[in-house]
Amino acid sequence: MNAAKKTNDSYDLIVTGGTVIDPKIGVLNDATILIRDGEFVAVETDKKKVAAALKATDKSKIIDATGKLVTPGLIDLHVHLREPGREDEETVRTGAEAASAGGFTTICCMPNTTPAIDDQETVRFVLSEAVGAPCRVFVVGAVTKNRAGKELAEIGDLVKAGVVAITDDGDFVQDPDLMRRALEYAQMFDIPIMQHAEDKFLVGDGVMNESFASAKLGIKGRPAVAEEIATLRDIQLARFTGGRVHIQHVSCAGTVEAIRRAKAEGVKITAEACPHHFSLTDDEIEKKFDTNLRVNPPIRTQADVEAVIAGLVDGAIDCIATDHAPHSAEEKDVEFDQAPAGMVGLETALGLIKTRLIDTGFLSWTDAIRKLTVNPARIINQPLGDLSIGHSADLTIIAPDAEWTVDPSEFKSKSRNTPFAGWKLSSKVVKTILRGQVAYSSD
Amino acid sequence: MGLASRHLLGLEGVSAEDLTEILDTSVIFREILERPIKKVPTLRGLTVLNLFYESSTRTRISFELAEKRLSADTINFSASTSSVSEGESLRDTVQNIEAMKIDMVVVRHKSAGTPYFLTQCLNSNIINAGDGAHEHPTQGLLDMFTIRQKYGSLKGLRVLLVGDIKHSRVARSNIWGLKTMGADVAICGPSTLLPYEAERFGVDVYTNLNEALEGVDVVNILRIQLERQQTGMFPSQREYTHLFGLSNERLKRLNKNFTIMHPGPINRGVEITSEIADSNSSVVLEQVTNGQAVRMAVLYLLSGKKSVTEENE
Repeated sequence: MNAAKKTNDSYDLIVTGGTVIDPKIGVLNDATILIRDGEFVAVETDKKKVAAALKATDKSKIIDATGKLVTPGLIDLHVHLREPGREDEETVRTGAEAASAGGFTTICCMPNTTPAIDDQETVRFVLSEAVGAPCRVFVVGAVTKNRAGKELAEIGDLVKAGVVAITDDGDFVQDPDLMRRALEYAQMFDIPIMQHAEDKFLVGDGVMNESFASAKLGIKGRPAVAEEIATLRDIQLARFTGGRVHIQHVSCAGTVEAIRRAKAEGVKITAEACPHHFSLTDDEIEKKFDTNLRVNPPIRTQADVEAVIAGLVDGAIDCIATDHAPHSAEEKDVEFDQAPAGMVGLETALGLIKTRLIDTGFLSWTDAIRKLTVNPARIINQPLGDLSIGHSADLTIIAPDAEWTVDPSEFKSKSRNTPFAGWKLSSKVVKTILRGQVAYSSD
Repeated sequence: MGLASRHLLGLEGVSAEDLTEILDTSVIFREILERPIKKVPTLRGLTVLNLFYESSTRTRISFELAEKRLSADTINFSASTSSVSEGESLRDTVQNIEAMKIDMVVVRHKSAGTPYFLTQCLNSNIINAGDGAHEHPTQGLLDMFTIRQKYGSLKGLRVLLVGDIKHSRVARSNIWGLKTMGADVAICGPSTLLPYEAERFGVDVYTNLNEALEGVDVVNILRIQLERQQTGMFPSQREYTHLFGLSNERLKRLNKNFTIMHPGPINRGVEITSEIADSNSSVVLEQVTNGQAVRMAVLYLLSGKKSVTEENE
């Protein structure tokens, strides 16, 4: 389709024979991706040109993707790498390895580390740890100093050091005046504020969704209305300031509807949903009080699961992010309400998307890939997520119908806290390619 | 003979057959409590750990006495005197104690689900003595036993629970057990202290006590924790008593031969007047005695021993 930019027919890497899904151009059967100097040179379907390229290129540089799906490298806007501070749970390196094994070539790490990523030094430290990692790491800085919700972090400095967005994730920026100022200020740098939308007063010390399930267990609830009110407030602040808000981990029907309406009204708002919020319901907790089911915002009701899926289908929710949140086995091996919130997700995301969204007919492969590539890339304003000529040659090669059983002991992540152990999922990552190099291979 | 589970974690999902077996067995122990020598050799050689992570007077004493009257050896553990303050995990704590050869564990803990958690850590039989606001099955059983003792059967009786249902493990165990045994259950309390979607428990839900009392046979008054007022659940104790306190005037709405119950401890003059608590229709102290019999029955049935009065190895 596209002319090679050099006349030489040999390439640094060729991925041939696969079904290529590029959200920008659609599905191409038996297409060949030509890569040189870490960039895409062409997506070729002309048999003669492909034959010439294959002939001129060393066999070791050719990947046969026959029967496989080949997509732009997947992007995850929401990952906790725990470094600095909790290197026993995850490091930048192990998190990047887990991401790569999960098919991701770009991840955004959250600033709720110890110390928090709220200054240039800490951003630079994380980025230096990511050099040579099998996955690109972008840093999301804190909105407020030490994520305390009191005064703005040096956002300009953070941007200078490379952050692509800001968030106090884990905590909602509760003070509406501070959030207003943050939205105004961040506009100067054209970065979004990623918001953990849960009103702290309504959440209290709740540890699961407030519903009949929590009523039966007598466990304190975090009501959906806490997320809805937080989202509605930020919609109004975004409308008022013209700033950009990205609602993280949308978990309930009211939030989906609020975002849908705000988008129709032209508010600059985007949103993500996590695999656990479209795969699990709160009545699961009753069976075993599995602390791996404890997550904020909490897993909710079947009606909420359906609403989140509907939001993904109609575009109210732009992308799928994992909220990969490693926790040590010791910290999770406690009474339910004593456990920290969060679950790992990088290595189960694709399988859950295939099994719960694609096999069920809610999303086509192209729609799903769009929510894992171009859409998140647009939110952080990066030239990634499609196969455009000159873009970084990031690819994910998927065996779409390979079945597997989740075995946490096989995770690359340092942590094993998943409620999906033993689940049978479809779709395996065969290879992940970062900047034209194989970063992960399943064999 | 024998229960479906080797633990008693709650009354939700326990069959009518098992509930009946526990209640029938309790009758035997209730009779033993009237003897001059209130002790049987049933659990001789077994060791029971009373693991109390929350303060408790009557439940802890009741369990301990029940164990002693069954000739079990008992150990008492309370959080204030344990290594909890040294940061040891619950799993480590209980596994260390079990390593000293424990057979049964009675547990009270502020976190719902802790008794289940212990079943995953230990080989002992686990008895829930109250987990957060989840369940308190032996209280539910002793309340059912007390009602059955007076009326002969639970079927068709209308039982009303009044007070802070939302935070009450006693209410939940009562609701599940009573409904399984065919009673007609209603709850009443301030709307801030009713559980989310309360009607899904299969009960009639009231916020007006006068209406709730109509046609009721048994009223079970729950203790109102006065600190709830500070978290905005109700405006004042005065207003609570005015709206939800049980007074003589209100008793007129009940069926004849009505019964007043209270799991204790009582806030006299708040949720119930002293006059009613001490009246002939009140079975508050009988509940406490019956708690002995029911706990002896549960310990015996879960122990797997084949006879009440003889040792079987």
